[in-house]
Amino acid sequence: MMPDVQEFLQIDAPALLAAVLACAACALVGNFLVLRRQGMMGDAVSHAILPGIVGGFLVAGTRETLPMMLGALAAAALAGLLIEAVRRLGRLESGAAMGVVFTVMFAAGVVMIEQASAGGVDLDADCVLYGQLETILWLAPKGWASLADPAVWAALPREVLTLAAVFALCVALVGLFYKELKITTFDPALASTLGIPAGLFHYGVVLLVAATAIAAFEAVGSILVIAMLIAPPAAARLLTDRLAAQILLSVALGVLAALAGYGAAAFGPMLLGASHSLNAAGMIAVASGLILALAVLFGPRHGLLGRRRAVGRLRDTSGFIAPEAQKP
Amino acid sequence: MQYLWRTPGSRTAPEEASPIGPPPLEIRGLTVAYHRRPVLWNVDYAAPPGGLIAVVGPNGAGKSTLIKACLGLVPSVSGTVEVFGRPIARQRRLIGYVPQRESVDWDFPVSALDVVAMGRYGKIGWFRPVTRAHKEAALHALERVGMADFAKRQIGQLSGGQQQRVFLARALAQEAQLYFMDEPFAGVDAATERAVLQVLRDLDAAGRTVICVHHDLQTVSDYFDHALLLNTRVVAQGPVARVMTPDLLSRTYGGRPMPAPAAAAEEAEAS
Repeated sequence: MMPDVQEFLQIDAPALLAAVLACAACALVGNFLVLRRQGMMGDAVSHAILPGIVGGFLVAGTRETLPMMLGALAAAALAGLLIEAVRRLGRLESGAAMGVVFTVMFAAGVVMIEQASAGGVDLDADCVLYGQLETILWLAPKGWASLADPAVWAALPREVLTLAAVFALCVALVGLFYKELKITTFDPALASTLGIPAGLFHYGVVLLVAATAIAAFEAVGSILVIAMLIAPPAAARLLTDRLAAQILLSVALGVLAALAGYGAAAFGPMLLGASHSLNAAGMIAVASGLILALAVLFGPRHGLLGRRRAVGRLRDTSGFIAPEAQKP
Repeated sequence: MQYLWRTPGSRTAPEEASPIGPPPLEIRGLTVAYHRRPVLWNVDYAAPPGGLIAVVGPNGAGKSTLIKACLGLVPSVSGTVEVFGRPIARQRRLIGYVPQRESVDWDFPVSALDVVAMGRYGKIGWFRPVTRAHKEAALHALERVGMADFAKRQIGQLSGGQQQRVFLARALAQEAQLYFMDEPFAGVDAATERAVLQVLRDLDAAGRTVICVHHDLQTVSDYFDHALLLNTRVVAQGPVARVMTPDLLSRTYGGRPMPAPAAAAEEAEAS
């Protein structure tokens, strides 16, 4: 029934690590997108980087992280400029400008992939959407005891190391600039009068989202990136009224979604007697959606049920007697 | 490390205001345009030191834009703005700002005390946390507007008037010499109106200068010492007794917004 230890460590552990790190990093930076009411930006960035990734891959000819990362960053910057240009020249609201730019860039990326794979290059459109968690392997560990050997850890798959580095970068930047991120998100005008470059922080947030999306992209795919940028922060917002608590909670919920989603995908069908497993990235996105739905229903102050309780309390204290209570 | 932006070389201490020094605010030839349409045209103004100044004019007269242009929040086509004789980028610690209440998202997950503490960020600087001393200063500012009991409350759960008082407390926490306030009396309850007025009078008594966009013509003469009548260009400026006259007010509010000074001058002469 349970898979043996070595199989778990070699197949499930690296995929779980990649999923957990990707979800934690996306949830962390996603807070600032949600609070800035720029959730669409996550959508735009994670799609617009595709032609850059493909371009980097075609130029370098390998699946090394660096050229793909550079290509994606260039594409993200280009997308930012194009969105601004379309917004100004077309006098469109920014959501519409983003919608135009990211779909066109994503389509260009898909066309580039089709062209490339026609030339026999190993890159396909499916892994863009769903990622390839299942193909991340960590062959070094042979059992629990082997985890004590540093060489085993050094042999972690490249995707996991990249995600760990990006997650550490996000934690460091949010920690260092917490106060400035808070004020430029809440009141950019006041921040500017204090000498804090609010515009730079705006682009900084977008760039950090881009870097996170790029790192997470290869492992978990664009659907999960979009879900993880928005769902855990939105759920956490419903559970607390403190920014620091919201950020910590969103990361915890992202990790929870990764574990629950991966578990359901890998072991759920087996429990039901089926022989195949489900797509892990897809299940993680579903899990994050379920968590958000639970927060909407049961959030203490903002949840639907909590709000009904609050109205009840208000009635109790204001002397308002509900009509049904007046009946003899 | 202080927040110094665009002027990394200017690390000298800001000059203190003195009665004979340069005016708290001096605007010369300020012109601002949105989409090539002038919103402010060739505005010249020197604020008297210490005093409560109302900026008065019809909707679309450029009142908020004037404040934002002074603070460098909107780009100007031409003109200069000096605070105590130096460009604003060098005098940020002398400036306090109360934006319009609608300019921020009150669902933001912070408490009233957190918001007021933001007024201290300019004194705290990069990479340093908000210390206990700064939190106490923020709490003291909340006390001055009668909001100490609401310090821990999430800002979305405050009434409009209470939110306005939180903004005012944040400006107090800035401990500035020159304050810009954008409609602090707009849509507030009587208690808040009294609290805002008391704060203005305290600031005045302490020798601070407050420049306040104000929409209620009835109360201008009661609340303020000076007024700046604005309709794209400056119509009149000076002590309230001298400028809050029916003639000057009808020239400020009467007719359509004046597109250019030449046309406006002809119009004024013709009438």
